[in-house]
Amino acid sequence: MATTQPDMGINRTGIGTSPRLSGDMIDATKEFRPSVSGDERQIAYVRGDYAREADKLGSVPPPPTAKGMAKTALQGLKSARPVQFIDKLGERLGFERSGVRVYEALISKFDHTGGFEGGPERMEVEQILREEFEHFRMLEAAIKKLGGDPTALTPSANFHATMTSGVIASVVDPRTSFAQCLEAALLLELADNDCWDALVQLADRAGQNDMVADFEKAIRDERDHLLKIRTWLAVAQGRAGATNGG
Amino acid sequence: MAIDLLKDRGTPLEQQKFTWKDLVQPTYSKLDDDAFTRVRVILMNGIEAEALRFGHSCARMNRDLQVHLAKVRRIEQHQQTMVNWLNPPDQSPLETTIGFEQVAIEVTAAVALKEPDPYLAQVYRFGLLEDFDHLYRYSALMDRVEGKDANTLVQSYTDIVPGRPTSVEHRDAADDIRRAYQKDRAELATKLHAFTIMSAEHMTHDYYMTVGPTYADPVGRQLYAEIASIEEQHVTQYESIIDASETWLEKWLLHEATEVYNYFSCVESEGNSRVKAIWERFLDYELGQLRYVADLFEKMERRDAAEVITSQLPSPIDYVSHRNFVRETLRAELNLTAKGEEFVPFDQESDLSRRQREQLNSEGSPSDFVSAGYIWAPGTELTRQAPNVSDGRQRQQPTAH
Repeated sequence: MATTQPDMGINRTGIGTSPRLSGDMIDATKEFRPSVSGDERQIAYVRGDYAREADKLGSVPPPPTAKGMAKTALQGLKSARPVQFIDKLGERLGFERSGVRVYEALISKFDHTGGFEGGPERMEVEQILREEFEHFRMLEAAIKKLGGDPTALTPSANFHATMTSGVIASVVDPRTSFAQCLEAALLLELADNDCWDALVQLADRAGQNDMVADFEKAIRDERDHLLKIRTWLAVAQGRAGATNGG
Repeated sequence: MAIDLLKDRGTPLEQQKFTWKDLVQPTYSKLDDDAFTRVRVILMNGIEAEALRFGHSCARMNRDLQVHLAKVRRIEQHQQTMVNWLNPPDQSPLETTIGFEQVAIEVTAAVALKEPDPYLAQVYRFGLLEDFDHLYRYSALMDRVEGKDANTLVQSYTDIVPGRPTSVEHRDAADDIRRAYQKDRAELATKLHAFTIMSAEHMTHDYYMTVGPTYADPVGRQLYAEIASIEEQHVTQYESIIDASETWLEKWLLHEATEVYNYFSCVESEGNSRVKAIWERFLDYELGQLRYVADLFEKMERRDAAEVITSQLPSPIDYVSHRNFVRETLRAELNLTAKGEEFVPFDQESDLSRRQREQLNSEGSPSDFVSAGYIWAPGTELTRQAPNVSDGRQRQQPTAH
C-alpha cells in the first residue's frame, strides 16, 4: 500500500528557510524603489489593446461532404446554434479521449506504487477508463451522424485541452502519487459532469432525441465517477473511513 | 581536488557512453533543492549548448576538423541532454526563466569579482545590472499574471528590486561592442570567464526566443520579446571581449577548458549528491575531450597547448549570494550606459542609442507596463496590498521616477 500523506522535509521555497536572507530581501525593497509608478492595471491595458486586435482561436470546420452539409443545414432549422453544437461535441470528444489516457496513466501509477486501504481496486479504475472510452466513441458517432468531422480539433476542444494540460502533466509525472493523481481526476470529472449536462441540453435543443438518451447514460456514468473519486480522496486524506470504497 | 589541464587525461573519448535511460535522469526538486543546484543546471546546459554551437560553426569553416568535431560534439550533445533534463517537469518556462536570471546575476557577479582585467570586470558589472533588472521584471510578471512568488525559486539569495531599467537598456548595435582581451597577454581566468558568460547569455537569449511565444498573456509575450532583445545585445557584448584573432583550434581548446573549469566549479559546490555525481562524471569526460583537442592542436598547429592554457585552473566560481556586491554596484554604476567601447554617464549616450531606444519604446515599454509600482513582498504583492480592480479603461502611461 502506498502512503497517501506528504513527507515533511527541507522545503526551501518559503522565507522561513532563512530569516536572515529573507530580511535582506525585504530591506532591499526599501532602498531600491520601483523605477516607474502605477500598478497592475497596466497589464490590463495591454490585454485590452491586444484583445481588440486579436483573431479568435479558430473555427469549426464545415461538414466534409455535401450529404453532411445537407444534414447540418437540416438540423439548423431546429437548432438555433448548430455550429456551437458541433463545437461542443468536439470538445467532449477530445476531453473523453484525453480522459482515457489520463486513466491509463492512473492505472500504471496504481500498478507501480500501489493503491491505499479504502481506495479503489484496479478494476474500478479500469471501469472508469472503459466508460470514458465508450463516451469518446459515442461522440465520434454522434458527430458523424450530423455530418461533422470527428477528427477535427474544434475551438472549444482546443480550449479545454489547454485548460486540462496541467492534469495530464500531473498524472504522467513519475514523482506524483496515486492519491495526488486522484485529485487530477477529480478536476476532470467535475468539469465533465457540468459539460455533459450542457451537452444534453444542446442535443435536446437540436432535436437529437437519440443523442439525448445516449448522453443521459453518459451523465449517469460521470456522476458515478465523481462520487467514487470523491470517496476515495476522502479516504486518502483521512476524511472518511477506510471501509467506504465507493 | 587538483586538476592539471595539461596532464590529466580524464575519460578517453571511446569510453564516454550513454543510454537513453542514462540521459534522462531523475530531476532535482523545485521545492527541496537549493536554488544554486538549479543555477548550476541552467548554466551547464548553456555551456554545453555553446560547445555545440561553436562546434558546428567551426565545422562549417574547417573541412579537416569535421570528423573530430563531430565525434566530440556527439558526446557534448548527450551531455547537454543529461544536464538539461535535470530540470523538473513541474517547473514552468517562466519559473525556469527566473532561474536563468539568477544565473546571469550570481555567476556574472562571481566572475566580475574574480576578473583580473579591470576593464572586463566593468563589462561584467555593466551586464550584471541589466540582468538584475530582468529578474525584477519577470518576477512582477509572475506575481501579477500568475499570482506566484519568484522568491520560491531564488530562495532569498538574490534581491528582487529594479536594476538599470530594462526600458533604457536598448542601445545602438555599435554601442554593444567592447574591447577584447589580448590572447597572448590575458590570463587563463580572463579567457574562461569570457567564454563562460558568453555561453550563459547565448543560452538565455535562445531560451527566451523559444519559450517567449508559449506565454499566453500579451504583456508576457512582449516582455520576453523585449528581454530577448537585450540578451542579443549581451551576446554581442560578451563575444566581442574574446580575441577574434585566436585560431579555430585555439578557440576549441579554450571551449574545452571552459567546460572543465565549469564542471570543476560545480563539483566543488554541489550539495545534491545525485547531481554532483553527474558533475564529477562530466568533469572526467571534459578532461578527456580537452586532451583529445590538445593533441589535435599540437599536431595540426605545431604549437604547445601550454601557449593557450596553463596547468592550473583559476579558483572555482563561487555559487553563493552576491547581494552586497550587487548592491554596491547598483549604488555606484546604475547610471552608466555604453558608448562605443566605453562606459559613460547616461546623459552622454550616443544619439544613435537614444534614437534606437525611443523608437523601440515609442508604443510603450513592456518592462515598465508589467512592473509599474511593483514592490516584491514575501508571498507576492497581494500580501502587501489588495488588488486594484477599479475601472482600467482610462489608460495612464506609467511614469519614470
